[in-house]
Formats: sequence, structure tokens, C-alpha cells
Amino acid sequence: MSILVNSETRVICQGITGSAGRFHTEKCLEYGTKMVGGVTPGKGGQTVLDLPVFDTVEQAVQETGANATMIFVPAPFTADAILEAVDAGIEVIAAITEGVPTLDMVPVYHTVRRKGVTLIGPNCPGIITPGACKIGIMPGYIHREGKVGVMSRSGTLTYEAVWQTSNLGLGQSTCIGLGGDPIVGTSYIDLLERFHDDDQTEVILMIGEIGGTAEEEAAAWVKQHGSKPVAAFIAGQTAPPGKRMGHAGAIISGGKGTATEKIAALEDAGIEIAATPAEMGAAVQRALEKA
Amino acid sequence: MKIHEFQAKGLLRDAGIAVLDGYVARTPDEAAERFRQLGGELAVIKAQIHAGGRGKGTFKEHPGQHGVQLVRSAEEVREVATRMLGNHLVTIQSGAEGKTVQQVLIEQGCRIARELYLGIVLDRATAQPVLMMSTEGGVEIEKVAAETPELIFKEHFCPARGLQPFQVRKLAAKLGLSRQTLKSASKFLPALCRFFARYDCSLVEINPLVITEHDELIALDAKVSFDDNALFRHPDVETLRDESEEDPAELRAAGAGLSYVKLDGNIGCLVNGAGLAMATMDIIKYYGGEPANFLDVGGGANTEQVTEAFRILLDDANVQAVLVNIFGGIARCTTIAQALIEASRVVGFNVPLVVRLEGTEVEEGRRMLAESDVDLISADSLADAAQKVVAAVQARSTS
Repeated sequence: MSILVNSETRVICQGITGSAGRFHTEKCLEYGTKMVGGVTPGKGGQTVLDLPVFDTVEQAVQETGANATMIFVPAPFTADAILEAVDAGIEVIAAITEGVPTLDMVPVYHTVRRKGVTLIGPNCPGIITPGACKIGIMPGYIHREGKVGVMSRSGTLTYEAVWQTSNLGLGQSTCIGLGGDPIVGTSYIDLLERFHDDDQTEVILMIGEIGGTAEEEAAAWVKQHGSKPVAAFIAGQTAPPGKRMGHAGAIISGGKGTATEKIAALEDAGIEIAATPAEMGAAVQRALEKA
Repeated sequence: MKIHEFQAKGLLRDAGIAVLDGYVARTPDEAAERFRQLGGELAVIKAQIHAGGRGKGTFKEHPGQHGVQLVRSAEEVREVATRMLGNHLVTIQSGAEGKTVQQVLIEQGCRIARELYLGIVLDRATAQPVLMMSTEGGVEIEKVAAETPELIFKEHFCPARGLQPFQVRKLAAKLGLSRQTLKSASKFLPALCRFFARYDCSLVEINPLVITEHDELIALDAKVSFDDNALFRHPDVETLRDESEEDPAELRAAGAGLSYVKLDGNIGCLVNGAGLAMATMDIIKYYGGEPANFLDVGGGANTEQVTEAFRILLDDANVQAVLVNIFGGIARCTTIAQALIEASRVVGFNVPLVVRLEGTEVEEGRRMLAESDVDLISADSLADAAQKVVAAVQARSTS
């Protein structure tokens, strides 16, 4: 099996008539994702890539039976697009859009948690179950079906890790980019729980970065509940404090959120640390051998 | 985005939040005139820079002069302003070079009964803004948090509903505020929380927040910064931007849609993606090198952006070698290779260039680079690239 998405998942794209939405819908179709339609307010009735376009998510769900969405709408409208998907009963939402105002995400976060909906992102590459379903902007061909569950706050660094585990013949069960913003819908802990319940996932790779305390919280969970091997890498060991490193959430503030603190917490939980980004795959292998 | 104290106080005053009367001045004469205008016998002159720790900071040109001083006459104001304006104030947050003071704030004095700390930030763990207050005013809050965390009191609030009256009462009880001060707090605290939400702030810090002899709360200092992602809906805030406070190279990069942070090393980095860019810095350091910068060209980098990125990197006189690390996902390696070839033609390289390409259309991209006349060292993995660029710098320094 895999987590969250599989070959049965029926996906729509919110913002399908925009250039990014259209381009990535096409890439997802090529990968074999069951794309069933799209939504752009005011453009209902059109077709894009032979897929029907609807004015509202509610109509799209009624007509296509969609249960997942990927969101490419511009940042000022992203919070509304997520809430619309939740309202229409979508179960898995991947918000790819970058630059969403942080305070917009406060009510959205609490709504998705209350309703039990899975929101991935915003500002993320999306989610992929290799060979079955790709929802997002990651290059499909670097993935192989396999045993590593990958979760990460970064995009291209995740591709690096995926590539290494593919080349080592380990493959991936499901890969999720959590997103680089201060508030994102899904936490490492949410995914640790799901990966532990998934038979296909034998080992988990966590890719973190400076800022916040999400990695420390994940480490505490692993220490208390973890039964599968976990490997990790933390980016930003050389980042200066007080400077935002590209991602809105990647900042060491008030002396908190440093890579050193995070690595110490992870090691304390028995997690295998990759010393450099070049040996993330090797760290996964070491974690598997130790287990 | 950060703004100056006098700008922050202007916004607070407009929002009905108590601040002292004060005026900004750009020359010593103007400063003296402002003192007369205030009409009191005592005032405070405060250097305006985008860095904290001004009270303890000193001027490069006048080591005896601090960034904040009490003044008692127009003549004294003129003297102090002369030592401050146009000179470099060095504080714990300014960096060793300090920041040039372009303007000073002349503010009314006030009789202080007690000093408190107040800060509003986003609490990422609960995904809500949090109001933090402490009895330890005027002190660095990081120090209080580390040594006596029990003296910091927190109340989370919903941006739409704001801070509730019972939350003000809870805080007042913990801080030991008098009945009279509670009255003032019942207006001051909810107004400040509304301000945070109304302006999409990322930080509002009042340190110290003072209680006057008349039991009133007044913001003696004000540090406000804004969520860059929300500036599109606050054009009034955007006009407060002071570009002279920002790093010129970082500004230039932002203009080209690049994310750049200057560091102290000598290996320039050009990477796609923030996480990979940080990881590239880390691996350079791991192999004994020092990164000169963080630079993320983003997912859809085009030739213009890559060219501008190279210009910014090579403008840094410290740069002895450049490492390009691209994992082409959406950005195809062929696009990057083409951009590299054109950029090297336009910019011209005078330092070794190590290139590591991986991902979409990598074979074709590598072939394009090999067949071009660009003088580069190619690497076939992240570790290989880092080792090669560190070796290139070492070879230059020993030759």
C-alpha cells in the first residue's frame, strides 16, 4: 500500500486554466494520475487537456467524483481555494502556491484540522505515490516504487533524497513535501503515524530545515511511539541567525530553530543522521541495517 | 519587511495606541528645533536604524556616544544629533560595520513607574498569534526566556476575534497590575492585537512597555515588521520601506526574483530551491570551504535570472570560485545549461566554475555544456561538486 493517495485517487486541479496549472496537470496525466477535471471560477464549461472545467469545486465533485485536488491559484486567493475544497468534501488537498499571507493560513489550518481533511502545503511540491499517483510539481521519473517513506519541508532537496534512494534500489512508498511556510496543513507527526500504519513503508526519511520546532516535535514522537527506523537530514547548519533563507519559515529567530538543536533532538530519539545532503540515501540504508 | 521606530509609532498612534509625542529629524538644527517644539525640559534622542540594542550600542566615530540619550536643552540635542547623524551605530544586531544613522527621533520624556515587556508573534506550534508579556521589561527577552521562562505570560488569540477581555484580566493578575492600570490595559492590549492582525505583522515588540506614574500604559519603544507575502494588500505600509537599510545585493536579487543572502565566505553558490541551497552551503562547509552566499534561483529560472545571479555573485570581491548546483525538476537542465552558456558570455568568468547538473534532460544539458566554450569543471554528484569547488579555492590561494 501507500499513504494518502493511490491509483484510485481522483484528482482535480484548481487553477487549471492558468499556465502552471495546465502545465502540471499535463505532467500528472503523463505520469498516470487519474486527473478528472479542473476548476476556474468563470470558466466553467470549457475543457483543458480534454478535461472538463467547472466554476466551483462543488460542481466538480458532483460531476467527477473527485476526492483530491492540487491548487495553483494565485497566492491572494489560495486560502479561499483551500476552504472551498474542504467545503466540497475533498479529502486530500495539495496547495502548491507560494507566497500565501501567513495570517490567511490561521483560520484555514484550524478548519482543516477540525474537519479531518489532509492539507499538504502551501508552498510545497505536493505528494507522490510512485507508479500510482503524482499530485504536484515533482519530476516523476526520479521516483521508484519501494520502501522509503519520504517527508520534507523542501522541494529540490527532496528530489535529491529521492534520487539517492532510487539509485540505491530502495525506492519510495509515498513522498510528501510539507511546504516551507510557517503554517502548513500537515506535520511530520501526522505522516509518521500514517507511515507506521503502512505495510509498504519500512523506513522513514525526514528532511528538515532551520526554523520552528517541527523536527523536535517529530523527534519526541519517534522517541515515544516509533517502531520503524527513521533517518534525517537538517538543512541550514551554516545559515546565519535572523536571516530568512528563501522559505518564509526557514529562519533562526531568538536563538531558536537552529540545526544544532534539531540534530541533537533527533539523535536523542535514535534517528540516523545524514551528515551531508550527499549521504541521505546512505543514512536510510544505515537506519535499515540497524533495525 | 522592517520599518523604523518612528514609523511604527506613527502607525500605532493612528490606531489609537498610546505612544509619546515625538518628531523625527534629519539634521542637527532640525533636531534642536524639534526639541523646542516639544516644549518640555527633558527629551530622549534616539538613533533610527533597523537593528535592536541601540541603547547599549555605540558609534564607530564616537565610541562614547550611545544610540539613545536623555537630553535637557536644544543645544545638547544639537550636539548629540551631530555625533549621531551620518555616523555608524554598532549594536549587537547591526553587524560589525554598524548602520548609518540617517534620522533621529526626538521624543518627550516620561515619568516611569514600571517597565514591562510585550511581544506579539506567530506561534507556529499552535498556528495562532500569541501575545507574550513579562514583568522583566527593558531586558533582552531571549535572556528572560532562557533563564526565567516562568516570568513570561502568554495568551493566544484568533486574528479575527482578537484578544478577549478575560485574557486581559488574566495577564493583569499575573503581571500584578493595579485596577487603574487594568483599565488602561483593557484598551491598549486588544488594540495592539487588532493592529497585528490588521497590518499582517510578523512581529510587534514593545520593550519596554511602561506604566506611568498615572497608571497608564505607553509604548516607549516599538519594533514592527510585516509579512512580505501580505504587502500586496498594504500599499500604505510598502511606502515606509527604507531601502538604505537593506543590503544592496539582496535588494537587487529580490528585484530579479532571486532569493539571496550574503555570507562571509569565498565560494559563491547558485542553486535552485531553498532547501537545496542551504544544503549546498552546508556541504561546502563540511568539506572545509566557506560559502559566500545563499542563492536560490527558484523553480522556473530563466536566462535573465541566471545571468543576473552570476553578476551578483561575481560582484562580491570575496568570491574565489563558484558552484552551480541544479536539480532540474520543473526547470529543465537544458534551460539551465543554455542560461549558463549565455551568462558566461555576457558576464565573463574570472574564477573557477564548478557545475553539477542532475534531473530533467540532464544528458542533453551536460552535452551542451561540454560542447560550449565555457571553461568549467563538471561534477557528477553533490559531494563531488563540493570537493571540487573547495579544491579549486585552495589551489588558487596556494598558487
